[in-house]
Amino acid sequence: MNPVNNRINALHDAYLAALRKERRVIRLWQAALLVAFFAVWEAASRFHWVDPLLFSSPSAIFKLFLEKIGDHSLLTHTWATLFETMLGFVIGTAGGALIGALLWWFPRLAKTLDPYLVVFNAMPKVALGPMLIVALGPGFTSIIAMGVVISIIITTIVVYASFQEVDPNYMKVLRTFGATRYQCFKEAVLPASFPAIISTLKVNVGLAWVGVITGEFLVSKQGLGYLIIYGFQVFNFTLVLMSLLIVALLSTVMYQLVALIEKKWGSRR
Amino acid sequence: MNRMFLAIDRLSHTYFTKTTAVTALDQVSLSVEKGEFVSFLGPSGCGKTTLLSIIAGLIEPTEGSVCIDGELLWPREANAAMARRAGGADSPIRRAVGYMLQQDYLFPWKTIEENILLGLNITGTLTPETKERALALLTEIGLGGVESYDPNQLSGGMRQRAALVRTLATDPKLLLLDEPFSALDQQTKLKLEELVWKTLQQYGKTAVLVTHDIEEAIAMSDRIFLFSPRPGRLVRTFLIPDELRRCSPLSARQHPAFSALFQSIWKEMESLESGQ
Repeated sequence: MNPVNNRINALHDAYLAALRKERRVIRLWQAALLVAFFAVWEAASRFHWVDPLLFSSPSAIFKLFLEKIGDHSLLTHTWATLFETMLGFVIGTAGGALIGALLWWFPRLAKTLDPYLVVFNAMPKVALGPMLIVALGPGFTSIIAMGVVISIIITTIVVYASFQEVDPNYMKVLRTFGATRYQCFKEAVLPASFPAIISTLKVNVGLAWVGVITGEFLVSKQGLGYLIIYGFQVFNFTLVLMSLLIVALLSTVMYQLVALIEKKWGSRR
Repeated sequence: MNRMFLAIDRLSHTYFTKTTAVTALDQVSLSVEKGEFVSFLGPSGCGKTTLLSIIAGLIEPTEGSVCIDGELLWPREANAAMARRAGGADSPIRRAVGYMLQQDYLFPWKTIEENILLGLNITGTLTPETKERALALLTEIGLGGVESYDPNQLSGGMRQRAALVRTLATDPKLLLLDEPFSALDQQTKLKLEELVWKTLQQYGKTAVLVTHDIEEAIAMSDRIFLFSPRPGRLVRTFLIPDELRRCSPLSARQHPAFSALFQSIWKEMESLESGQ
């Protein structure tokens, strides 16, 4: 009994060690790729393999970054964008879920609105940008509205669809106890759709960024989107690339936060 | 219909679709005494599940009436008037009925304890006493200690037992069993039949079992109502002899009278099919 156990334990340890090793190797390659990318970029720029005016260089971007941090302007722009994105994300997701719930509650409303939802969903929402600016003024309100508009319809559709896919037998169980429609919603429909709602969160992080950056392109007052469009207009591609890198970093952080929420809340299935 | 616990009178139900009108039940009349265990037996399409859903108050029948413990459940006009008088949105009769489905349908996002207290929560009858009783029933049924588990940590038989506790927790006067053993393996099924039968016997519950399994119907019931398909009609009632009634399902299956009764029901079902 004991020797067998020992053997199995040893094999298990070896298996775990192999897993850890594989993980380390992957991490190493990922880091190497990152370093290589920036090294080649820097070299290409230094030795004029590419035009440094267009493609800048990591060192120039870092210098600009320190400079902009120093005069506090970067923090203002970054904060503005982050604020707009988070609000757009929250309002778009919560609003979409709410409309989805309303559609579930009033089936006749769902049937009536169906063609309008299809049209609105098919339409490229960024095309509404100019109208939003005219209606809400060239400020952060219309930028947030862009973030909302771009995510709210798809959230509505996904959430409503997941509400409808809930196994009707759960409702049957509740109805045999004489449950009201609200009780059915609270006890069965909402918890059963929770994973679907969480997965729309992930999609909406990306969509909110698209909406806000586009909004800032149009409004052109402040924010990372403004820095990108401004840098493009004055041909300062160091500024454009720096802003891009910050956007990439922040959206990744936001996505990981949502993934964390999913892990914590979505596991109970 | 003097003091019958469940009285069904000339009940008909028709399902409508765009192109068809299918009569699932045709002029069914039957009654069940208090404390009796009856089975609705028949091939698929004989409307037995429809009948059960009507008794549970989930489907409104096209015609006919259903009375539970002296109170009218269908037609609805009378039922709604009574509910108004009782001051609730729903008729109080509905709460007298417990329903067990083919699968357990325990809610995977709730623990076992939350699941078995679901009915008490919904009906607003959750008190320390009713909670205590539900948990005691869980232990009695052999599931003590799993209160904090998730349903997917339990085996199929254990889950169906937990579903039975959920159904019994609200103390229903009438238990409706919609093929609750059909999704289980043979051994678990026999054990669970035994357990359900004993539990219902102990609490003196009236029960209706829907099944297409002749042996199960004989082993568990006091009476069997045999239905024919398309449209669902009640064709015959089999009275189970006293010596079989007294036996638990497992011992009834060993009883000499068992196979004779099986033969006669089998023949009847065969003749139904050839008559089609």
